[in-house]
Amino acid sequence: MQASPKLEVIDLACERGDHRLFSGLSFTLSGGELMQVQGENGKGKTTLLRALCGFVQPVAGAVHWCGRNVEEWDEDFHAQTCYLGHLNAIKDELSALENLLLTAGLSGVQLGEKAALDALRRMGLRRKEHLPVRVLSQGQRRRVALSRLLVVDAALWILDEPLTALDVGAVDLMQELIGEHLSNGGMTIFTTHQPLHVAGIETRELLLS
Amino acid sequence: MSRLSVFGLLGLVIRRDLLLAMRRRADVLTTLIFFVMVVSLFPLGVGPEPDMLRKMAGGVLWVAALLASMLSLPRMFSADHIDGTLEQMMLAPQSLTIMVLGKIVAHWMLSGLPLVLIAPVLGLQFDMPADAIGVLMLALLLGTPVLSMIGAVGAALTLGLRGGGVLVSLLVLPLTIPVLIFGAGAVEAVSGGMDAASNLSLLGAFLLFALVFSPFVAAQALRISME
Repeated sequence: MQASPKLEVIDLACERGDHRLFSGLSFTLSGGELMQVQGENGKGKTTLLRALCGFVQPVAGAVHWCGRNVEEWDEDFHAQTCYLGHLNAIKDELSALENLLLTAGLSGVQLGEKAALDALRRMGLRRKEHLPVRVLSQGQRRRVALSRLLVVDAALWILDEPLTALDVGAVDLMQELIGEHLSNGGMTIFTTHQPLHVAGIETRELLLS
Repeated sequence: MSRLSVFGLLGLVIRRDLLLAMRRRADVLTTLIFFVMVVSLFPLGVGPEPDMLRKMAGGVLWVAALLASMLSLPRMFSADHIDGTLEQMMLAPQSLTIMVLGKIVAHWMLSGLPLVLIAPVLGLQFDMPADAIGVLMLALLLGTPVLSMIGAVGAALTLGLRGGGVLVSLLVLPLTIPVLIFGAGAVEAVSGGMDAASNLSLLGAFLLFALVFSPFVAAQALRISME
């Protein structure tokens, strides 16, 4: 992780189809900051997050990471981000443990079984580690997906509706995890329709309209 | 952050796909059973004269292998696309081309390799001589990976399209004609008392060519499909 990571969005504009979602969007996010993207359905929250990841090509503007365009960073930028979208990216046929080990492996993290088990237990999946994910509930699947945040050492968390299907206890846990991540100098940008408060951190709000 | 070496990543992707296939064995068996069925239908359809069967054996086996390998192509990337794993693969700080190559190798091990192994049994059904069976296996061993590689490009291009399953066959089958010609040609050459070396060399050349270009092209096609 770099000393002071910084994400700059400069005059960004995105379209879907022929429809302009947003334009002239600029903001800077530094280490230790939390940003919530707000807006009604269809205002481009997910598109913005996907543009940050590079899935969506912006029509205009640029995304800079530590002063350099992310297109120049390429894989090195990806090494410092962890994206969690609407899809959990977990396999029904595999157990929670196998899923975590494989997704971590694909992200370039060589993870020991012990560390993976610890992460899953932290996410409240004790005794569910070896069950095939297919028998878990939606909330538990989401927890499996979220456990990736614990094992991937990324400075920038991009979370699209991370609280979907989570119960009250898990929402508290997420707030705690984001708090820890921020105090370690990381940054988080997320969307949610549920309230999410991290103790001691002021949530910056970005309204897409 | 520690990164995997190229071979470490390749091994991880192959292991992952094989593990998934082992948990869902039906998919692997359908390809194999389809191959056996199509080949077995020919003697029933054209009559059991040994001379004729021996003559058409190579072509029949190759066409059946071509069709069988099309069966599993639509699934190559679609499962990963639907559950979001493909997004994560693209975000990984590692080469997508290598991951695609891993998926191609796994696909071949699950859909191409079983065909190579069962081909001699089906060859006997057509009363093929031993040396022709040997060449058939060798030709399939060189040719079926090419089918997986060309197929990967087609599967990546049609990802997420409605009716993509049929479309990928229509897209890929014409491109596999050279493999069919030289694969069946190798068997025919041996049956006719000639040397199969030139046909096999050309199949080997296709294999090398596809190995170099197809993972990269398929990875680019995936990026386009994801937008």
